[in-house]
Amino acid sequence: MSAQPAAARYRGPSAVGDDLRRFWALTWMLAVTDFKLRFFGSALGYVWTLMRPLLLFGVLYVVFTEVVRLGGDIDHYPVYLLASIVMFTFFAETTARGVTSLVERENLLRKVRFPRLVIPLSVALHALFNLGLNMLVVFIFVLASGIEPRASWLELIPLLVVLAAFATGVAMLLSALYVRYRDVQPIWEVMSQILFYGSPVIYVASFYPDSIEHEAMANPLAAIFTQVRHAVIDPSAPTAADVAGGALWLVVSLAIVAVTFAIGTWVFAREAPRIAEDL
Amino acid sequence: MSKTFRLPHQRYSTLKERALHPLSSRKHDELVALRDVSFHVGTGEFFGIVGRNGSGKSTLLKCLAGIYGTDSGSMRIDGRLSPFIELGVGFNPELTARDNVIINAIMLGLSRREARRRFDEIIEFAELQEFVDLKLKNYSSGMSVRLGFSVAVQVDADVLLVDEVLAVGDGAFQLKCFDQFARMRAQGRTILFVTHDMAAIERFCDRAMLLERGEAVSIDTPERVSQLYREINFGRAAVEPAARPGQEVRIGRIWCEDPSGDRLVTATQGDTCRVSMEVEFLRPVRFPVFTVAFRNEVRHTVFTATSVAHPSAGAFAAGDRAIVSFAFENALAQSHYTLTPAVGEYEGEYHLLEQREDVASLIVEASLHSGGVVDLPTRMEVERG
Repeated sequence: MSAQPAAARYRGPSAVGDDLRRFWALTWMLAVTDFKLRFFGSALGYVWTLMRPLLLFGVLYVVFTEVVRLGGDIDHYPVYLLASIVMFTFFAETTARGVTSLVERENLLRKVRFPRLVIPLSVALHALFNLGLNMLVVFIFVLASGIEPRASWLELIPLLVVLAAFATGVAMLLSALYVRYRDVQPIWEVMSQILFYGSPVIYVASFYPDSIEHEAMANPLAAIFTQVRHAVIDPSAPTAADVAGGALWLVVSLAIVAVTFAIGTWVFAREAPRIAEDL
Repeated sequence: MSKTFRLPHQRYSTLKERALHPLSSRKHDELVALRDVSFHVGTGEFFGIVGRNGSGKSTLLKCLAGIYGTDSGSMRIDGRLSPFIELGVGFNPELTARDNVIINAIMLGLSRREARRRFDEIIEFAELQEFVDLKLKNYSSGMSVRLGFSVAVQVDADVLLVDEVLAVGDGAFQLKCFDQFARMRAQGRTILFVTHDMAAIERFCDRAMLLERGEAVSIDTPERVSQLYREINFGRAAVEPAARPGQEVRIGRIWCEDPSGDRLVTATQGDTCRVSMEVEFLRPVRFPVFTVAFRNEVRHTVFTATSVAHPSAGAFAAGDRAIVSFAFENALAQSHYTLTPAVGEYEGEYHLLEQREDVASLIVEASLHSGGVVDLPTRMEVERG
């Protein structure tokens, strides 16, 4: 009978579902709604979203130029510091909010049939909106410090795509695990801290001692931030491949992104049918 | 179709516990929420699903809606299924009704464009035109349910799954909902409807299914299913508890019957009704006092049948058993009564030996609704002057 595919469709909830338009419409809608609530929810709205990275920037800038005097030797240190903080904030926001996203949307998951992956993806999309707005501020800084626009700025787009893929992969993996293992959250908080100091956010990648350069640059965040510095801020700064010791070493960090994304997708798809019950 | 939940014996939800008890964490209890439930609903049918709390109604609906997976068996649904089982899911109190309607409509499967196009109809049906730009947190619960229902009926689903929606909303809106249901049925939509409300089942459903502990006890006409539901839930003999230490009297079953000895779940006003209870004495009692109190839905004791009004039943020795019955002309107003039997002792003064609160129930039906708690027989005379 013609209804055979329909029968298969109702076997249970899934990660993506069979209607990509609906999948995208839902993801977009949840992200926009969250963004709107954040934006218009409080009197200062967006200012608060921008305030956190800016405040962190201010503190770190004062500490590392006036107290520790580490930034002094780096060209355009304030611009790099702000750009890396903004990018790291995107990563931290996507993953941290991604972890708890399924549990927080419990009422939807238990009441409505919709593709489960919508939830962590909408969190990532929301963070991407914030990243876009914050990037505008970064570019204001870039132009204000006298950096000329260059064609290499376009490299930023694929770099941010890789960053988003990494963050989303982690968010998918952790959100599915958190439903069953609630200690994922504190563990990830610590991991996130380690990544903040382990990645070249407050310093630049050339500060890594030669002995650990290969390993440190396997961290996708380190590779992305370093390449952004070269492409957007300072063409005389080393590329990610230079610091890593050859383009081949960069494949490692790209592979980490790809594997994280693949594992995230696989675990999420495997858990998706049971999420509503395990909540 | 079956559905089994694995209920972990004890939830090991942290890694530390899992590490400390690597083997024991594999144990879990199984709760069979649905066992071999099988049914077929025809196109355009209004199908009721009733059952007590925990009988598996909502699980069944969630399986049908595709929220839970099933463990065995298969489901086939021809046509588009509305994916909601509760009204106003995902309503956000911080957003206006306008935003919420659009969001909810998209959740239920409309595209953004369709949702915008139907917006006016939705608001009109909900009769909330003046409040469109009010944040939902300022809505009364009835208003937001109205909004939720309006969205739900605007989604062109062939099959609707509806969970307990008629319990809310004011009378006028409920009527409107029922009209809407009737219209949808006329359009050939199929509606699966979960409720506790037997009146609604009898009024709207073509057929109904009674679930009890995950099994389909009966699939039948709404009248027979609701009769069975009442018997199972209100007329069931209470399970006899084991004797407590120091207990002096045990009260066993209590039930109502008509003069021919048939068990009554529903009694008709004006008929003779007999309430009986089993009593077992665990110590000698010289002057026993038996009572059965009838409480109505608002928990007023309307009437207490008592042995004080009658000649003494005599003394009882330890180990004696008896069945004590009171027959009465049923003048109780229409309501749902709970019965509380008690046994006391009168030795100069009364003291209570045993009492079991609300262990049985009786539904009284009447053709007359006078508004009082009893409808005593009256004689009327009119003297024209």
